[in-house]
Amino acid sequence: MTNHEPLIHIARRDGLVWWRAWCIRLAAAVLALLVSALFIYSITKLNPVKVYAAMWEGAFGSPRRAWVTARDASILLCIGVGLAPAFMMRFWNVGAEGQMLMGGCATAAVLIYGGGALSTFQLLLVSTVASVAAGALWGVIPALFKARWNTNETLFTLMMNYIAIQITCFLVALWENPKGSNSVGVINQQTQAGWLPALFGKQYLLNVVIVLVLTVAMYLYLKYTKHGYEISVVGESENTARYAGISVKRVIVRTMALSGAVCGLSGFIAVAGASHTISTSTAGGRGFTAIIVAWMAKFNTFVMVLIALLLVFLEKGAVQIASQFHLNDYASDVVTGIILFFLLGSEFFIQYTVRFRSHGRNNEEVQA
Amino acid sequence: MAEEFAVRMVNVTKTFGHVTANDKVYLELRKGEILSLLGENGSGKTTLMNMLSGIYFPDSGQIYINGREVTIASPHDAYELGIGMVHQHFKLVDVLTAAENIALGLPGGVMVDRKAIAAKVRQICDRYGFDVDPDKKIYDMSVSEKQTLEIVKTLYRGAEILILDEPTAVLTPQETEKLFAVMRNMRDDGKSIIIITHKLNEVLEISDRVTVLRKGEYIGDMDTAKADVRALTDMMVGRTVTLNIQRDEPASPQRRLEIRNLTVRDKDGVTRLDDINLDVYAGEILGVAGISGCGQKELLEAIAGLQPAVSGSSIKYRPTGPEGPAEELLGLGPRAVSDRGIRLAFVPEDRLGMGLVASMNIAGNMMLKEYRSGKSPLVERRRPYDMARDIVRELEVVTPSIETPVRQLSGGNVQKVLVGREIALHPTVLMSAYAVRGLDINTSYTIYRLLNEQKKAGVAVIYVGEDLDVLLQLCDRIAVLCGGRLNDIVDGRTATKEQVGYLMTNFRREAGA
Amino acid sequence: MTQLISLLTNAIVFGTVILYGALGEIITEKSGNLNLGVPGIMYLGGIAGLAAAFFYEMHAAAPIGWVGLVISFLAAVAASMLGGLIYAFLTITLRANQNVTGLTLTIFGAGLANLFGGSLNALAGGVGQISVAVTSRAYRAYSHTLSGLGQVGQLLFSFGFMAYLAIILAVLASWFLNRSRVGLNLRAVGEDPATADAAGVNVIRYKYLATCVGAGISGLGGLYYAMDYIKGTWSTDGTIEALGWLAVALVIFATWRPARAIWSAYLFGVLYWAYNYISGLSRASIELFKMLPYIVTIIVLVAVSLRRSKESQPPKSLGLSYFREER
Repeated sequence: MTNHEPLIHIARRDGLVWWRAWCIRLAAAVLALLVSALFIYSITKLNPVKVYAAMWEGAFGSPRRAWVTARDASILLCIGVGLAPAFMMRFWNVGAEGQMLMGGCATAAVLIYGGGALSTFQLLLVSTVASVAAGALWGVIPALFKARWNTNETLFTLMMNYIAIQITCFLVALWENPKGSNSVGVINQQTQAGWLPALFGKQYLLNVVIVLVLTVAMYLYLKYTKHGYEISVVGESENTARYAGISVKRVIVRTMALSGAVCGLSGFIAVAGASHTISTSTAGGRGFTAIIVAWMAKFNTFVMVLIALLLVFLEKGAVQIASQFHLNDYASDVVTGIILFFLLGSEFFIQYTVRFRSHGRNNEEVQA
Repeated sequence: MAEEFAVRMVNVTKTFGHVTANDKVYLELRKGEILSLLGENGSGKTTLMNMLSGIYFPDSGQIYINGREVTIASPHDAYELGIGMVHQHFKLVDVLTAAENIALGLPGGVMVDRKAIAAKVRQICDRYGFDVDPDKKIYDMSVSEKQTLEIVKTLYRGAEILILDEPTAVLTPQETEKLFAVMRNMRDDGKSIIIITHKLNEVLEISDRVTVLRKGEYIGDMDTAKADVRALTDMMVGRTVTLNIQRDEPASPQRRLEIRNLTVRDKDGVTRLDDINLDVYAGEILGVAGISGCGQKELLEAIAGLQPAVSGSSIKYRPTGPEGPAEELLGLGPRAVSDRGIRLAFVPEDRLGMGLVASMNIAGNMMLKEYRSGKSPLVERRRPYDMARDIVRELEVVTPSIETPVRQLSGGNVQKVLVGREIALHPTVLMSAYAVRGLDINTSYTIYRLLNEQKKAGVAVIYVGEDLDVLLQLCDRIAVLCGGRLNDIVDGRTATKEQVGYLMTNFRREAGA
Repeated sequence: MTQLISLLTNAIVFGTVILYGALGEIITEKSGNLNLGVPGIMYLGGIAGLAAAFFYEMHAAAPIGWVGLVISFLAAVAASMLGGLIYAFLTITLRANQNVTGLTLTIFGAGLANLFGGSLNALAGGVGQISVAVTSRAYRAYSHTLSGLGQVGQLLFSFGFMAYLAIILAVLASWFLNRSRVGLNLRAVGEDPATADAAGVNVIRYKYLATCVGAGISGLGGLYYAMDYIKGTWSTDGTIEALGWLAVALVIFATWRPARAIWSAYLFGVLYWAYNYISGLSRASIELFKMLPYIVTIIVLVAVSLRRSKESQPPKSLGLSYFREER
């Protein structure tokens, strides 16, 4: 009888040693940088090496620039950290953009309405609580429907983003200052009331510290607590969760409250610790970028630090090239997109092996 | 001379990894006859037929269709040869109509010509006595309607050779009669039919000849006219094989579980367990025998608190014997059960999908049932690792380390981890479903030894199994389920294989015949 | 009356953009692929059309409107299909996660389009904003002979050809999915790929084709926006992205039915523009008005999951990769 096995045989790997997996990812990143270099060369006709040097300059060229890079990376990281528990539960929270904006709006509201009455410490305390609550609310609503009626959470959280964006637009119009500027302006510019204070004279150090603490805390939460254990069981198999006596519904709602809360807190950091104003660009798509950060890091919050830094570096670098070579900032999104495409594709070679028929079927069946 | 055989399979062998599903099997189907393919669960009937319908490809052996040697590499090839199979799990798209399901994947014009399909379907229906509404959606159909549609689909595609995989398992007696009537019509029209079954009465009723498989091997075939229940049972279950499984007399068995009027319906409202009354004793192994899907899973899950039961059902747990206090288990759920200090151990059939977390390591899986214990919000770190090390050492689990995800372990080692964890709970009731399925001999004996140790320690052990030799040599009593009902409870020491095999397939009528 | 006509006219123009996006996404989702790259694909379609027309008008001595139209139309379809191909390759062949791949495609598409949209003129050595007046006029030409029919005539015949093309495409898509043999196979792939596979349907090929063709149609939404809605210019204000997400919402609102998407799209347009026609609204409350389409979409989404009607559910395998497991 003739053997009709297909020419290419794809099989799931039994796990790959961690360093080999990272070699594959690194190779993908290098390949992506080459493709990006080609792309940059084709439109600017500039030496790509010089371009990458300029990018480095843009991201880390001065202490000020390095701090801005750190500030933006920490906000992206914070959202990613917020998404980690949801993704580990296999709950597709694509609503981080909205959860962050709601947190930002809550913070701005506290700063604006409480600016004259409360001390900075009180303002920070109240706005932290408010932003956490607002973000959690935005996360819990879709979770309730998911838990009760199995409503598709990807589409639900996606829509919640736009409701949050319109609420932000509404508040911007409401708080417009000065009138007709279509922006809120810097809140409490004179008094700096409710702004995150500088630490050791470094303006953004506190932002970075808060986010790093959160990163460590989330890592510990997911890895060592009973809640974290429940999340990973529910994410793996709801059947096993029921067998173990875990209330799947409760875990879904609780975890999304946490996820939304941390995303809301990132809105607080962005408003009280960075821009001191509120607009839709407070989030500016970072809620979506963070989804990719969280997914690529496979829920490991420390890996997220690396990926967030890489993405913000690319962004800052591309802004630099753009201004040097009279392009616009969007070049960074193109390079980001290319790198992410390659990294996403590389996961296939980590998960699966590709064998060709000549290798024969016997050695593969021994493993079955 | 016209070829006598529609199908001849010669020396067909198929292995999956270490398991030989079919070993040099031989099968002949004459033109215009109904052949029963008889065998217990796991005897390789479905695997053999899947090779005929192009799902699997044989490792070796020959297949002849109408006298010509053929290669069947895909379902498409099978259709080209006029072979159509109706699987146990219907391959129908829920939101499409009957006609659309029939047209799916077929070549033809740009449009789906509903009228032409409906006309041809009506023609087939009229010819054989089916009843199919071409415009009805699948989700509105009963199981029997879906099955009818599957048969019509194969006929529509020009099948001359039909394979039906346990078609009566999902049908009521009336529906079965109807099915048999159309099968006879098809046979009289010249179609050749293979019906996979393990119900002896059906073999005798419907088929012209019968081929028997046992444990992947061809046992023989005979004309149904010459067969009787006795002879077929002997062929199906074979001579008793001595396994030398240790079995002690139960030491002072005490009633621990009282199952009364237990009725379970699935979410479609189908009755899965029908008025079960059963006592489970501490210090004995209670076997549960039955054709698969006869309520074994529901019985265990009901005890474990995972399966809601119809009101009026009761499962009483008596920790200290029949006179002691009792606790109703139904309605509690697994968490409340363990919160009350009732230690039920459960080794489910789906080891990686229910009993374990496949991507977690061995230590992580140790915590699954006990992670909640203690007031600290943190999970304990040391104990699960100690437990994992103990189990790996005592049960000789082959693994690179206790950090290895259980998904990567072989089947036997997965089961050792699962059983080891459940025993480490120090249970008072230990339930296991198909605990040795797919395991090699040594691991199987390890499992038997562990169950016996638990019995000796005064645990009430429930062993759901499929191999009658094991059931008869391991268990003290055997409850035989048949179609969701408790047919009889026999003594494991005195019952014969034939007796149990008969009880599995023939429900004693309410009259007590 | 005049007010109503003007509202409906605006709503139809608005609805046409998202109707294209939604039609393409319906075709894609019917194959089981949830492509969240719709905004990115619309961006790609818009910029490719605009760039093609731009280079044509720059290099032709006397640009002819319909030539520019054909060139830009083809460029838009090709670029969007290429975007769909990237998504298809990553999710179908390399089995990457659909959500993440889609979002990346949106980032990539938006970046590429705004990069060129913002600097095409500068790159070509010009100054100021890009503008393709001749081609845009061809897109916006409408049948003057029929517009003498009063207000109703104005409502029915005052649009560029792409507004009518969208309706035709929707009707065609509806017919294709419900009546044609290929459409039937496609629906089966999205519902139950294993069954479709067993019935002899080439699942991989269907997924690729549906995703690429769907992307091609979605991209037309971007083209219509660039050529007709903003009259052959470019703006980096992110409107296409917002419209792209509305297109995704529209797919849900129309419960995956192309014919229902037609009036739903216009309804979204009415909801979006209604604030213009209600007197006494503050600027702030206008913003609240604009969230209506998203709220009604959520209500529909919840209602669908509550009713559990088999007919209005998302395709059953939506979001999942298909992998024919060998035992």
